[in-house]
Amino acid sequence: MSTETNTIEELANKEYKYGFITDIESDVAPRGLSEEIVRFISAKKQEPEWLLQWRLKAYRHWLTMKEPVWPNVHYPKIDYQDIIYYSAPKPKKQLNSLDEVDPELLKTYEKLGISLREQERLSNVAVDAVFDSVSVATTFKEKLNELGIIFCSFSEAVKNHPDLVRKHLGSVVPTTDNYFAALNSAVFSDGSFCYIPKGIRCPMELSTYFRINSADTGQFERTLIVAEEGSYVSYLEGCTAPIRDTNQLHAAVVELVAFDHAQIKYSTVQNWYPGDKEGKGGIYNFVTKRGICAGEKAKISWTQVETGSAITWKYPSVILQGDNSVGEFYSVAVTNNYQQADTGTKMIHIGRNTKSTIVSKGISAGKGQNSYRGLVEIKKRAEGSRNFSQCDSLLLGDKCGAHTFPYIEVKNTSSKVEHEASTSKIGEDQIFYCKQRGLSAEDAISMIVNGFCKEVFRELPMEFAVEAQKLLGVSLEGSVG
Amino acid sequence: MLEIKNLCAKVGEKEILRGINLKVKAGEVHAIMGPNGSGKSTLAGVLAGRESYEVTSGEVTYKENDLLDMDPEERAREGVFLAFQYPVEIPGVSNTYFLKAGLNEIRKSRGLDPLDAVEFLQLVKQKLNVLHIDQDLLNRPVNEGFSGGEKKRNEIFQMAVLEPSLAILDETDSGLDIDALRLVADGVNKLRTKDNAILVVTHYQRLLNYIVPDFVHVLVNGRIVKSGGKELALELEEKGYDWIVDETIAVGA
Repeated sequence: MSTETNTIEELANKEYKYGFITDIESDVAPRGLSEEIVRFISAKKQEPEWLLQWRLKAYRHWLTMKEPVWPNVHYPKIDYQDIIYYSAPKPKKQLNSLDEVDPELLKTYEKLGISLREQERLSNVAVDAVFDSVSVATTFKEKLNELGIIFCSFSEAVKNHPDLVRKHLGSVVPTTDNYFAALNSAVFSDGSFCYIPKGIRCPMELSTYFRINSADTGQFERTLIVAEEGSYVSYLEGCTAPIRDTNQLHAAVVELVAFDHAQIKYSTVQNWYPGDKEGKGGIYNFVTKRGICAGEKAKISWTQVETGSAITWKYPSVILQGDNSVGEFYSVAVTNNYQQADTGTKMIHIGRNTKSTIVSKGISAGKGQNSYRGLVEIKKRAEGSRNFSQCDSLLLGDKCGAHTFPYIEVKNTSSKVEHEASTSKIGEDQIFYCKQRGLSAEDAISMIVNGFCKEVFRELPMEFAVEAQKLLGVSLEGSVG
Repeated sequence: MLEIKNLCAKVGEKEILRGINLKVKAGEVHAIMGPNGSGKSTLAGVLAGRESYEVTSGEVTYKENDLLDMDPEERAREGVFLAFQYPVEIPGVSNTYFLKAGLNEIRKSRGLDPLDAVEFLQLVKQKLNVLHIDQDLLNRPVNEGFSGGEKKRNEIFQMAVLEPSLAILDETDSGLDIDALRLVADGVNKLRTKDNAILVVTHYQRLLNYIVPDFVHVLVNGRIVKSGGKELALELEEKGYDWIVDETIAVGA
C-alpha cells in the first residue's frame, strides 16, 4: 500500500506543479488569518453584507476559543497563521488518455473496481463527448428542477436562494459551536446546498459527483441540506478513490435540517490521504456534522466509512427535537499504520418518544489508534425515549489500540438506554481456517473484516457498499501475515 | 497418495512428533488412534500446514509433491481438507459466501471457471440432500452460534462441497452424542470413493464402528507404535492404551 500511496502522492504533486495558473497574485490570499482575510474571502465571492457579518462574528468568536485537547489524538501544533485561506480553484492538467496515468494508480483504481469512465474522471482525462459526465449531470439536474429540488454549490445558493441559506445557515451548528466550526464559519470556501420541497421524494441518490462547477473539494467545506415536511433525500459524500490534497487541515461543517416526517440519509466514504507508512503527511480531518430532526417523526441517518486521513475527529450527531423523531449512526472507522481516529456521535433526545440507534465498528491495524466517543443525552421532557448503542472493535496485530468513551445522561425515568461493546482480535485460527478452505490470507482478512462491518455496510446504498468493501480490503492490505 | 517419512515436529520447544512413517493410498481409510497428548492433532495440523507447528525433520509427499513446501491454501487447493476439531466462527460472513469463495479459489487453481451463484446453489442443495442437512445452515454466519454437533456437520458439509482427495478428520467425534455421531459418520461414508483417501484421527473407537477403517495406527509419544486392521481398534477399546504403552516401553523404544 505504501508504494501505491507514495506514487499517488507523487502524481498529485506533479499535477499541482503543472497545474498552477499564471495570475497567482490576484487569486490567492496571503498566508494567515485576520479580519482582512475574512473580508477578502467574502468580497472575492461577492457575498451579501449579512454573510460577511456572519463570518466576522464567527471569526471574532474563534479568536476567543482554544483548540480542543480532549480528543484521544496526537499531532504537532497547527500554525493557523501559516495557512492560505483562499485560493481560486486550480485547473488540473488535462490528460489525453488513461495511458498517461501512473500505472500504479490505475492498479489501485482497478482493485477498488472503479469503472473506466470514473477512472478517467478521477485522473482528469478529457472524456468522450457522448459519455461526458457533465451531460449526465445536466440530465439529472433537469429532472431535479422539475421537482423543485435545489442542488447546487454553496456559492450559487448564496446568490440564487439567499433567503433559504440565511434562514438555515448556522441553525444546527452555530458559529460559536466549537473551535473548528467557528474557523469554518469564518473562512469557508464553498460546498453543497440541497433543498427538498414539501412532500417530494428525491428520486436519485444525490452525490457531489453530479454537481457541476464544484469538482474541487475545498479545505473548509460547508454543506447544508434542508428537507421540508414529508420529503426524502439520500445524499452521498466522498469517493472511494484515494484523494490526495496538499492542504493538511480540513475543517468542514455539515448541517442537516429535517422537518415533520422528513427523512435525510447521509452516507460518507472518506478516503483522504492517510500519510505514509511512517506516519508522515496525511490530512487532519476535523469535521463538525450535525442534523436536527426539527419536526415530528423526522428521521436522520448518518452512515460513514472512514478509511483515510492521518487524524479523524468527527461526531456526526442528531438533535431529536420533534416528538417521535429517529436518529441513526452507522460507522466503520479504520486506522492502519499511524492513523488516529476519534469518532462517534451525539444523540440529543429532546422530543418525546424519540429513538436513536448507534452502531460503531472500529478496526485498528498497524500502529493505528481508534477511539469511539459518543454521547447519548436524554432530556427531562424526552419521555419514553430509547437508545441502543453497539460499539465493536476489531484489532489486527498487537501494536494497535481501540478505545471506547461512551457518555450517557438520562434525565427521566421512562426512557431506556442500552449499550453493548465488544473487542475482538482477528486470530491466526480464523485466518488458518479460511486458508484451509483455499482462501489467501488477504482474502481471508478482507472477508473477516467485511463480516465484522456487515451491519453498517447494509445501510449504504448498494453501489457504495460494494466499493466500500473493496476499499476496506485495500486499506488493510499487508496488515497481517 | 500420501507418504510420510520420519516426520518430526515441535511446538515451541516441545517435541511432539518423533518420527512418523505412514503411507496412504487412494481409496483407503486410515484411523490414527492414541491417548491424549500422543500427537494426533499435531499430525493433522502439520499435514494441513498450521503455522504454529515447526517441522524439524522428515518428508511428506502428497501426489508426488513436497507437501511441506506448500502454503496451507495451496494444500487446500490441491485437495487436502482438514475437518477441524474446533471449527472457527466467522461472524457476519454467511456459510454460503465463505464456501463459495473457497470452492472458486480451488477451481481457479485447477483452471476451472468459477461457479456462479445459481450453479453453486444447485451443487450445495444436492450435497445438503445427500447429507440430510437443513437448508437454513447456508444463510447462517460461519459456525456462529452453532451447537457442537452443527459445527461438525458443517465441516462434513464443506468437505462434501469441496470434494477433497485427502480428508483429515481431526477428532470429529469429540463432543457428539450418539445420534449426531451417526449422522456425521453416515455423511463421511457417503463421501468415500475409490479416488479419495480419509485419515480419521480419534481417541475413541466408537466412531470407527460407523466409519470402518482399512487400517488402524496407534500413536504413542509421537510415534506410530502399532498398526493393524480394523480389529486393532476393537482391541484398544477393550484393553485401553496402557498395554501398548507398556509394550513400547518394554521393547525399549
